[in-house]
Amino acid sequence: MKILKGIAYGLALPVILVLIWWASTLGTTNFFVPTPATLSEAFAETWFGERIFSDVLPSIGRLLVGVIAAIVLGIAAGLLIGSVKWLRDFTEPVLEFFRAIPPPVLIPVLMLLMGITDSMKVVVIISGCIWPVLLNTIEGVRAIDSVLSDSAHTYGIGGFARVRYLVLPSAAPQIMAGVRQCLSIGLILMVISEMFASSEGLGFTIVQFQRSFAIPEMWSGIVVLGLIGVAMSLIFQWTERRILRWYHGLREVENAA
Amino acid sequence: MQPETTPVSTGRTLPEGQAMLSVRGVKKVYHTDGGDIEAVRNLTFDLKAGELACLVGPSGSGKTTLLKCISGLLAPTEGEVLLDGARVTGPPKKMAVVFQEYGRSLFPWMRVRENVELPLKNAGMGKAERDKLVDEALEAVGLDHVPQSYPWQLSGGMQQRVAIARAVAYQPEVLLMDEPFAAVDAQTRADLEDLIRTVWKKLGVTVLFVTHDIDESVYLGQRVIILSSSPTVVQEDLEIDLPDERDQLNTRALPRFTELRHHVYEQIQRAKQGHRPAAATQAGSAS
Repeated sequence: MKILKGIAYGLALPVILVLIWWASTLGTTNFFVPTPATLSEAFAETWFGERIFSDVLPSIGRLLVGVIAAIVLGIAAGLLIGSVKWLRDFTEPVLEFFRAIPPPVLIPVLMLLMGITDSMKVVVIISGCIWPVLLNTIEGVRAIDSVLSDSAHTYGIGGFARVRYLVLPSAAPQIMAGVRQCLSIGLILMVISEMFASSEGLGFTIVQFQRSFAIPEMWSGIVVLGLIGVAMSLIFQWTERRILRWYHGLREVENAA
Repeated sequence: MQPETTPVSTGRTLPEGQAMLSVRGVKKVYHTDGGDIEAVRNLTFDLKAGELACLVGPSGSGKTTLLKCISGLLAPTEGEVLLDGARVTGPPKKMAVVFQEYGRSLFPWMRVRENVELPLKNAGMGKAERDKLVDEALEAVGLDHVPQSYPWQLSGGMQQRVAIARAVAYQPEVLLMDEPFAAVDAQTRADLEDLIRTVWKKLGVTVLFVTHDIDESVYLGQRVIILSSSPTVVQEDLEIDLPDERDQLNTRALPRFTELRHHVYEQIQRAKQGHRPAAATQAGSAS
């Protein structure tokens, strides 16, 4: 019952929006704005077929590789930099500089250096996604409670055990906040990296449709991107709830007090 | 800081080789941007194996600093701490610490049982032995019914019990407690005091119990070490000659309890007023 209610709440607004869209496109013949019927027809025709394998899956593949690599690298480097004071002082200004560079401007540079390859696109995704994970991990590691750290120390928990039992779980809430940002940046960069110079992928296909005035198809590509975003967000929430169950419980208790 | 001569610190000491825990001439100075802060000037005392001693002093007398030096979390500026004859340079294996801030000393992402088990697991102990020790420890503190809860689902007093269970399961020879009951309510506190006496008797562990509560120090200890105000030295090292069987109602009603309590209170008041112990009077109590 509770689940049904949740689904009903979640679907209500999309249904209303589609109804508004349907009502406002009734009787118009604007070439650039398709009706819900034309769009869904175009969606089915365009995406249920060969394009899944030639464009959608390769894009999602690059996105996953890029995002996972960014998360792993970001956490690993963040643990190291966060734990070592001099390394933090040493790297912080440089990190701020790199972080401030908008990743899309790297695409022309990386195209020259790496050619128009899958690796280039993955590198673009990593170069943009790694920052929120890295900087949040550093902050999370720095913010470890001193009493908790002393407790671990007095019980002889050091080295790798310290990272596993103390540092990682303690920084997990901040790391997950970084991962959340990383996912949305990843989707953006996936599309942009394919718009510049590419022969396949979602970003490329959408631009192709636009250039060839296949307007309903172009819109349907945007819908696909939105759906991928929603799917990623659901997977993230599911994982986050599992990893941070203790944290949400603790927060609830603290807020109730 | 002040140009006065360092008083001879005056806790009771034992002949070499007989002490479980030796604090020798410990001094701790924090170097800060605003200048040096002398938290502990010169402290010397010994604990023999199996002794339960309370350390009481006015607030700001460097009790926590001393405890951190003893537990190997801080290096003393001068002097040394010996555990069973070996110099303490880092947290020793045979020592456990219970902190005041129970909410910050247990791992909130681990269940009660996992919290108690972790130090043993980390020490590489086998599963069967671990389970046995954890079960015993949880039972000893009266928490065998909540092993699957998270610490933050428990009340403050119960969380501190978990911390005590963790220390007990670790099988330390020396148990240090830093104002462990300062943040729990009075009734829970009385229960926990009795729990400490029970656990101490059962395990034969050496306990150093730091507190700012005078009643608590007299009720719990075989001995009360009174610290002066900062810069800290030992004000007095007092034997508590109350019967070994103590309970909250009868022990606290004894005339001797009142006398001892009165005496400690007086000493703390004098310490607050800046009275420094003279070497001679202290030597007398060192017998």
